Amino acid sequence: MAGGAQGRWAFQSSYTPAPGHHFEVGDRVVVKRAYPPGHRRTPYYIRGKQGVIERICGAFPNPEELAYGFSGEPVKTLYRVRFSQKHVWPRYAGPAQDVIEMEIFEHWLEPAPREATPVGGAARA
Amino acid sequence: MSNPNFDYYARAKRELDHDHGHEHGHDEHAPLNEHDSGPPSDHEIMSRAMQELLEEKGMITAEQVRRRMELFDEEFPYRGSRVIARAWSDPAFKQRLLADGRAACAEMGIALESERLIAVENTPDVHNIIVCTLCSCYPRALLGMPPTWYKSRNYRSRVVFEPRAVLREFGTALPDHVTVRVHDSNADMRYVVIPMRPEGTEGWSEEQLAAILTRDTLVGATVPRVGA
Repeated sequence: MAGGAQGRWAFQSSYTPAPGHHFEVGDRVVVKRAYPPGHRRTPYYIRGKQGVIERICGAFPNPEELAYGFSGEPVKTLYRVRFSQKHVWPRYAGPAQDVIEMEIFEHWLEPAPREATPVGGAARA
Repeated sequence: MSNPNFDYYARAKRELDHDHGHEHGHDEHAPLNEHDSGPPSDHEIMSRAMQELLEEKGMITAEQVRRRMELFDEEFPYRGSRVIARAWSDPAFKQRLLADGRAACAEMGIALESERLIAVENTPDVHNIIVCTLCSCYPRALLGMPPTWYKSRNYRSRVVFEPRAVLREFGTALPDHVTVRVHDSNADMRYVVIPMRPEGTEGWSEEQLAAILTRDTLVGATVPRVGA
């Protein structure tokens, strides 16, 4: 934690390169509306919802495999996706610009249809 | 099994199974800590058995486990405040923290191990708040163990769909023109909020700034205040 560790970590990025990713920042996507059994990191409440890629987090071992003692390979691209609260919760009581963001693995995402729901929030990381 | 601890846990479990249906007399000397009364749970027994097996195989020592628990209580909770105080004091550091949280922490000698850190910044127009709806993912190496409320079903289920109501319960009332940005920490990233630096802190040292950067301000449940 002192001295030596500083040198070792100083220029190491925490983000894993994600070669071959399918979506770019700003792309509109829809989370698959699927309910497979097993360990999934895609919350139920976001399945079937449309959002926008906020950033590409990198490539990570697939938690759906890791959970059962497998290697998690091949690694999967992980994105952060921004959703409009009004879209996620039709009865959302707050203002239209409020957003919710979370991490979604690529195999849970599809390109959004053309008449995509607008995503509020001028917020940009 | 020669280990006396194992026998204790096994015996306690047998007694628990036997005791069902019996009335227990009130013990006025019973410890106040409810967690430490009664026989160990199945999870405690499994955890204990796992640790003993790993010790027997020479993979870990009891001292290492104790040290790890001590770090979580004594050191990790103060790291986040130091990092954000630095970000308040040094705009270039803040930019590096926003670009790559783990690398910025490493500059300060703080190794986040496997944690990937995303710092999100509050502004006059945006308020950030962190949750993990699936379990209790939390930047433990930066903030220590998560508070009970963070792990509660109440917080986890409500803050995603009525964040403003939950924030009001924390004493944080936000005007409508502010965008509330909820972050569900549901996979591999961990999050820390960079709150807005309050007025009246001009010229403060990083140590002074760290003192108002409490745990809840770094999760986004509240905002730092001078003289609070």
